Amino acid sequence: MPQSSIKDYLHESQLFLGRALVSGTLVLIILAILVGRLFYLQVESHDHYTTLSQDNRVKLEPLPPTRGLIYDRNGTILAQNLPAYSLEITPEKTENLDQTIQALSEIIAIDEEDISRFHQLRKQRRRFDSIPIRVRLEDEEVARIAVNRHRFSGVDVKASLLRDYPQGLQTAHLLGYVGRINEQELQIIDTSNYRGTNFIGKNGVEKSYEGMLHGQVGLQQVEVNAKGRVLRVLESRSPQPGDNLHLFLDMELQSTALEALGDYNGAVAAIDIETGGVLTLVSKPGYDPNLFVEGISAKAYQALESSLDNPLFNRAIRGQYPPGSTVKPFIGLAGLEYNVVGYHQENYCPGYYQLPGKDHKYRDWKKWGHGKVDLERAIVESCDVYYYELARTLGIDRLYEFLSGFGFGEPTKVDLDGELSGLMPSREWKQQRRREPWYPGETLIVGIGQGYFLATPLQLASATATLANKGHHIRPRVVHTIEHPDGTEVKSPKIIDDLHQLDPVHWEQVIDAMSQVVEGLRGTARSIYTDAYRIAGKTGTAQVFSVKQDEEYDEETVAKRKRDHALFIAFAPVEAPRIAIAVVVENGGHGGSVAAPIARKVMDRYLLGGRDAG
Amino acid sequence: MLGRSQVTFYESQPAQASGLLAWLHIDLPLLTGLILLSGVGLTVLYSAGDGELVLLHKQLFRLGFGFAAMFALAQIHPTNIRRWAPVLYLIGILMLISVIIFGEEGKGAQRWLDLGFIRFQPSEMFKLTLPMLIAWYLAEHRLPPNPSRLVMAGLFTLLPVLLIAKQPDLGTALLVATAGAFALFLAGISWRVISAIGMLMAALGPVAWYFMHEYQRQRVLTFLNPESDPLGTGYHIIQSKIAIGSGGISGKGWLNGTQSHLEFLPERHTDFIFAVISEEFGLVGVLALLSLYLFIIMRGLYIATQAQDTFGRILAGSLSLVFFVYLFVNAGMVTGLLPVVGVPLPLISYGGTSLVTILASFGMLMSIHTHKKLLPT
Repeated sequence: MPQSSIKDYLHESQLFLGRALVSGTLVLIILAILVGRLFYLQVESHDHYTTLSQDNRVKLEPLPPTRGLIYDRNGTILAQNLPAYSLEITPEKTENLDQTIQALSEIIAIDEEDISRFHQLRKQRRRFDSIPIRVRLEDEEVARIAVNRHRFSGVDVKASLLRDYPQGLQTAHLLGYVGRINEQELQIIDTSNYRGTNFIGKNGVEKSYEGMLHGQVGLQQVEVNAKGRVLRVLESRSPQPGDNLHLFLDMELQSTALEALGDYNGAVAAIDIETGGVLTLVSKPGYDPNLFVEGISAKAYQALESSLDNPLFNRAIRGQYPPGSTVKPFIGLAGLEYNVVGYHQENYCPGYYQLPGKDHKYRDWKKWGHGKVDLERAIVESCDVYYYELARTLGIDRLYEFLSGFGFGEPTKVDLDGELSGLMPSREWKQQRRREPWYPGETLIVGIGQGYFLATPLQLASATATLANKGHHIRPRVVHTIEHPDGTEVKSPKIIDDLHQLDPVHWEQVIDAMSQVVEGLRGTARSIYTDAYRIAGKTGTAQVFSVKQDEEYDEETVAKRKRDHALFIAFAPVEAPRIAIAVVVENGGHGGSVAAPIARKVMDRYLLGGRDAG
Repeated sequence: MLGRSQVTFYESQPAQASGLLAWLHIDLPLLTGLILLSGVGLTVLYSAGDGELVLLHKQLFRLGFGFAAMFALAQIHPTNIRRWAPVLYLIGILMLISVIIFGEEGKGAQRWLDLGFIRFQPSEMFKLTLPMLIAWYLAEHRLPPNPSRLVMAGLFTLLPVLLIAKQPDLGTALLVATAGAFALFLAGISWRVISAIGMLMAALGPVAWYFMHEYQRQRVLTFLNPESDPLGTGYHIIQSKIAIGSGGISGKGWLNGTQSHLEFLPERHTDFIFAVISEEFGLVGVLALLSLYLFIIMRGLYIATQAQDTFGRILAGSLSLVFFVYLFVNAGMVTGLLPVVGVPLPLISYGGTSLVTILASFGMLMSIHTHKKLLPT
């Protein structure tokens, strides 16, 4: 054994030596080829290349495309590009960054905010990119910098198109905003198409339609003099501007909805029933998206981020609220469809409900009860006890199946980034998430839209549109038309996922009951009755379960934040529905008195134009 | 017996003469070469960066980190490097898989490990761990490897290469693949197998062309005829050839390269820095630079032949050859011999990731050379 292993060792060693010699020889040969190539370039063709180098006046520059514009349905401009001068610094090219900034601040106004924003942007930019320290310079400032230009290295004044959102906070959540491209985004974009582009959509429509809004980069060959100044353009491949987007959004409705919310926080979503187009998508409070375009200062961002009102949060598609009594028409429809109740079949409501053999009393909002109640009255007066019994008879499985059909618990798949799905609880969901079985009592509170049940305002509006359409479900969408730079247009597709066929009589009955909510003497939303057109609606109130323990103690604020959310869903006109709407007013109290008038104002605006309905 | 041979062994080691260096496990020729090369790099970077000291500071800082990593690795005994090879390989594979699984959610952010002052790609470390693993795997048994072990070693190479290519990072995938191929070549696989693989590759060329995307074909065509796309990738090559050619024999002089200073030459701090050297220092300067590289590579191969076990030999040999591939792919691209692939000029291009891996690999070479042990009995 020792013999052979030594022999092996020698053999292996020799084998390796052979291979190492071959490798060394190959290295030499390849290097010789390289040297030959260098000899050819630097000696043989030296004169040729020297001429080329002396004549070399041609430089290649990217021509970034102009970002597409965004309009509302009436052609009101929502996002545009405005020319602006900005003062930019390339940190790699400065000798001492802090001194440079200090010296610049003696020439033009640069405040703490600007500096903190500059450092913020610096953390997330690409290497050798210049970063703005001041944006939207005045002409006089540009001149003052030009005079002192020779004192600085790595400092430039750049003229560029800046994204501008003329509607400001009114469209902030819907449109989103563009911002500087950061390292993470750099990994996922086609960098050659983004040569010369500094901005990218960060959220909202700007992000969802980034690919279309951006366009195709162009290139140009320019002739420069020995100092690098551009003399003339030799050849160019023009950039292709991004597509313009025309939205379903109606800016007037959007303003109306925002104004109608008054001092409250909340969300309004309205859908054009025929097309599924989103007419209004308001989340209040908003923020000024223009602040984000050139980078927001850390301080300003902190203020937005830490505000108790949460202005950066898009309530319309990410706010998940208990839908409360607004689900009663849908559950009523389920009761009729599964044949567990008749429309005029009466139940007695004593003001509370008890499960057989249990002591716990499930209360109605009306302490002394509604007395004898049929489905119509249960919807019109929003009787809880009737719905406890109905939910118990249907059971959670049928509730889950039926309500899922209206889109509860699933994203609406609207063409916006970041939508949340709400929650339609089921036995499986509870077993998986909570590792607990489903309790009968939980079915009861699902029956009044409370408990685990959560929905976004857009989901509620979409479900209402489906109800108004009698089961014909059209996927909500924000973009109406995509307009290519050559003038051709593409309409966004109308995607229809129809609900299973239901008895037409049942639709009529539930819609009748919803009309009575507004028209009936005891209707919970009778305050918004109008002669001008007929409205079908349903009020809702969602309990706010908890106030964060760490919130600062301020008796008035806390009391306000504990108040119930007010909800209202509606569609109109009843005979030929055109608009479906969902309103959520945070801490608004009662749906009928606070949320319904907001919906009425929006519907008035849409159906009657500016006219006063009286 | 054992004791005696140990004594003889130490007496026969000339490296023991210079006490401090041996004690620090440093190979003086290699260290000298690497320091000279880094010095050249900083000098050229000063010119390429238009005299901006900030660039130099940052590069100096990275070099410091890289050399520290080299010294640290040199202290580790080859036996331990060998012991850790499979573990490091496995960790690397897991990291690559997690990049693929979670990478999409994190939008590519996880491709990098951010250590604050330096960023690191998991794929980068395979330039070290793959030769380590193959050396470890093949050194277990008698060489040349039998067919089944050969297939296994091939699979060990293919796995990280495919995972990296999926990221997608074709440049790194290619370098990792060559690292594996060198390890196999040095392990002594027969010429018949090598020529069979070579023929297979040649046959796959047209097939690959058939499956290529239009833009990939365009890239190949541009390489064959750069003038056909003067506005696109061809521009890089045209400008870099002008820079090199106009440098002539003696060059335009340091800080006097017009191509680089008038910003005709793109990426002159990073991938195209070789053109800056050629323009400013001419053929004479480039030959000096290539000699320096050649010295380092040959020293590496010498260390490989002197290594006392198969593991050390294969590892030292393949690491030296990977270093050479860096040089050749970069210089070949800049001079127009090879297509444009994003590979830096080792130890000279501005940038941190590959610099650290390269210096770390020399740390292992030093460890192999300075920790001698007994011949197996």
